[in-house]
Order: sequence, then structure tokens, then C-alpha cells
Amino acid sequence: MSDGEGAPGNDGSQFDRLPATADDREVEGRATRAEVLEWWETRFGIPPETFEGHTFWEKGKGKLWAFAGDLPSPQEREGVGMTFLRTRQEHWKPTTTAVRKWGHLATENVIELSPGEATAFAAGHDQDLPEWDGDWGYLIATHDLAGEQVPIGVGLYLYDELRSVVPKGYQEELPEL
Amino acid sequence: MNDDDGVLDRYVPLVDDEAAFRAACERPLPSVVRVNTLAADADRVARAFDAEGTDYERVDWHDGLFRMADRSPGTTWPYAHGWVHGQEEVSCLPAMALDPDPETRVWDTCAAPGSKTTQLAAMMDDTGTLVGNDTSLGRLSALRHNAERLGVTNLVVDQQDARNYSLNGFGFDEFDATLVDAPCSCEGTIRKNPDALEKWTMHHVREVAGIQKGILRRAVQATRPGGTVVYSTCTFAPEENEAVLDHVLREEDCEVVDWDCPLDSVSGITEWEGETFDEQVTRATRVYPHHNDTGGFFLAKLRVGGEADGDEEVAA
Repeated sequence: MSDGEGAPGNDGSQFDRLPATADDREVEGRATRAEVLEWWETRFGIPPETFEGHTFWEKGKGKLWAFAGDLPSPQEREGVGMTFLRTRQEHWKPTTTAVRKWGHLATENVIELSPGEATAFAAGHDQDLPEWDGDWGYLIATHDLAGEQVPIGVGLYLYDELRSVVPKGYQEELPEL
Repeated sequence: MNDDDGVLDRYVPLVDDEAAFRAACERPLPSVVRVNTLAADADRVARAFDAEGTDYERVDWHDGLFRMADRSPGTTWPYAHGWVHGQEEVSCLPAMALDPDPETRVWDTCAAPGSKTTQLAAMMDDTGTLVGNDTSLGRLSALRHNAERLGVTNLVVDQQDARNYSLNGFGFDEFDATLVDAPCSCEGTIRKNPDALEKWTMHHVREVAGIQKGILRRAVQATRPGGTVVYSTCTFAPEENEAVLDHVLREEDCEVVDWDCPLDSVSGITEWEGETFDEQVTRATRVYPHHNDTGGFFLAKLRVGGEADGDEEVAA
């Protein structure tokens, strides 16, 4: 970075490594690695060590990617790892794919669905669930499959309602177990 | 019902049993899924299929393959969770031949839509750097979707012409292993796409053979000495198979090596329509539809020439 210029902006055409901490931040509004690790731990109880081997990248406005390794930054590619978190909005939102990959490690804000609820959730239907007394906001919805709880995707819990935010491309009409 | 417009006639001299070959080409293929070991193991998948009442048959030669009784595995819980991916049995061979190690650098030159790419990622335990390249943005979006669906995080998706692929920006200048699953005339897929050969022409075979030679040459150049390159197609045409290998053996420093094909297969051929090929092409593998009741396939494993170890460290 040359002297005398303002902070560089977020370039939507490339992948940029996230700064480690706020002190290293050069691009305004960009999340830091430390904030991201803290968010997963605070929101879902997923330990920071989970992501030890991964580098974090931003492409576009607040769309974060996790890559299993290291590469020079920036990267002008079509994809670097996997999308895993949406930032630059009031409430950060985990992606369906991240929740399916790491959600089994979560200990907080996990909602266990019954067979009928799980089927409705996977099909993308919202449902009334007044019995949830945990936090509102983004939850990890799981169900029992062959004896173990398995994450299905991201739910948004508001006003006694669990909204399925499973993207259209992942919605399926599945059997009730 | 297939309509191959007589295309398959030209391969009758190559097969051991014409009637069985033709009969197999006319049967539809069963729907098959491969277990994504990044998300679940085969026994867990089997327990989940049992729990939801989905019928399947385990494939005897590969622990992670299931033949599905119902032709749409998409409507099962294991599929929804990314535990399985639709992939034909014979299409699992190239990644098995390449056999990449964790923590290595691997290039998939023609990666989209990604069944072999995601198989490579799983064999690498989702570590190291896997570069999935393709020319078409539309197909790349399918590759990205499939990789995400299966929880792959070691994949860099790139859009370049593989024939003059540049490694600029990666911070390294050669790969340990490279897969060339080349664009081809797709004759071997006629059981899956009965109209695959409707537009078949000799002109297209010659044109695509030129592209295959270009990609395979670049793959050998971009792979380190001692590294592995696997070349595969789903066509029977020797112009796109042995002739392409013959070309790269003459133009680049590499050799065809043996590998143990787990399916019934025959060797590559050294003569075709008046042309002769390097003897090494007999180490290549031809899989015909009637051998194992699969699609048709061609595959060769190459070792890139030069000193495998030591030299790079001195140079670095």
C-alpha cells in the first residue's frame, strides 16, 4: 500500500485474505480472522482450533470463504475453498454448507427437530415452534439419522417461528424417518 | 433404445464379444452413488438408507459405491446431507489411478461438473491444494455447487484454457499430480445418454483429439519430475486415446506406467487403421460396457520424466 492514499476498498472481482486482527485491517468494513473465530465460538460453541488449517477470504460484499491451506493474496479465481459466512450485515449468517460441514461440533443454538419437522425444514417450509426457549436469530437445525444428530441447515428463529433458510438448490422433499 | 447411427460398428474388430458389446450398449445404466468420505463412511450411509427405507445394492469391487434401485438418489437423506454423490462406477477409475496424497498439489484440468474433482478432494482428506479448472463458466458453477454440497474446502476453482494453463499467482510452479479427464466424443456414455452419438462425426473426433493432445502436453509440463498424470476419456476412439498418448510420448518427457485396474479390462491397442503407436500404450486400460456392465472408458497413467527428488531442493 502506498502512502498518502485512503484505505483501499473491497474489490468484488478478487479474493482477499482476511486480516488477522483489527490492527492489521486495511479494507474498511472487512471482518478479521479473530472476529470470525470468536463469532463461531460465541454463537455456536465451535472451538477456534476447528479452523486452524484454514485461511479466510472475502470476495464480494461480506461473502467469506474458508480455504484448507494458504495461498498468496489476492486470488483472481472463480472459487477459493467454500463459502462459510456472510458478514457486513447486522447479524452475521452462516452458510448452509458450513453448517453441514462443521455444525456437528456446535454446542449452542442447535435445535433438534422431530422427524416431521426435519422433513418440512429440508423442503424449505417455515413452521411454528413455540417450545424453543433459546436465543433468537440463526440456529443450526439438526435431526436424528441412524442414531446420531446430523445438521440439516440454517434456521432463523423469530417470534415463535422457525424459518428454513435452506437455499432453493438444496431444498428436497425427503422421507419422514 | 440406442441410435448410434452405426458409429459402434467401427469398434467391433476391437471387442472380444460383439453380441455382448452391442447388447450392453443398449441397456440403460443403473443409477450409482459414491460415498463422500469427507462427510460419512459407507456403513453410516448404508444405515441411513436402511432407516429411511431406500433400496440399494453395495458394489462388490468398491466399498464406497451403491447401486440405487430407484433412479433418483436426490430424494434421500444421505444425498441431502452431502454424504453421497451421483457418479458412475467406471468414472471412479481416474481418481483411483491418480491416487493423490493429502497435503499435495493436484490439478484437475477439465474439472466440471466435479464428480472426479470431489473424489480427488476426499482422497486428499480435504488438505493440500486442489485446482479445479474448466473453460466454461456455466459448468464451473456446477462444479462449485457440487464441491460446496460435499463440503470440499481444499479446492481452488479456476477458468483457463488448459492447453496454455498458467500457474501465476499460486506461489508454486508445478503440481504433484494432474488429471486430464478430457473432453471427448463420449461414445462410452451411450447407455446413459442414448442420443450421445447423434451428432458424431469423424471431423469432431479429429478436432477434439487436437484439443486432447494440447491439454495432455500442458499437463505433463506443469507436473513435477516423478509426478503422475492420468489421462482418461469416455470414448472408444483410438484417435482420442492411444493416438493422443503416442503423441505426448513423442513430444514430452514421460512414460506410461502400469496400474491395477479393479474392473475387468483390456490393454490399449498399438495398431489402428494403418497407424501404429508406441508399445507403451499397451499399459493403458480399455473398459468396455459388457465387461462389468458399466459405461465405456479409457485410461492411462503416466509418470513425468526427470529426477523425482533432490533436484528441486537444490534449485530452490
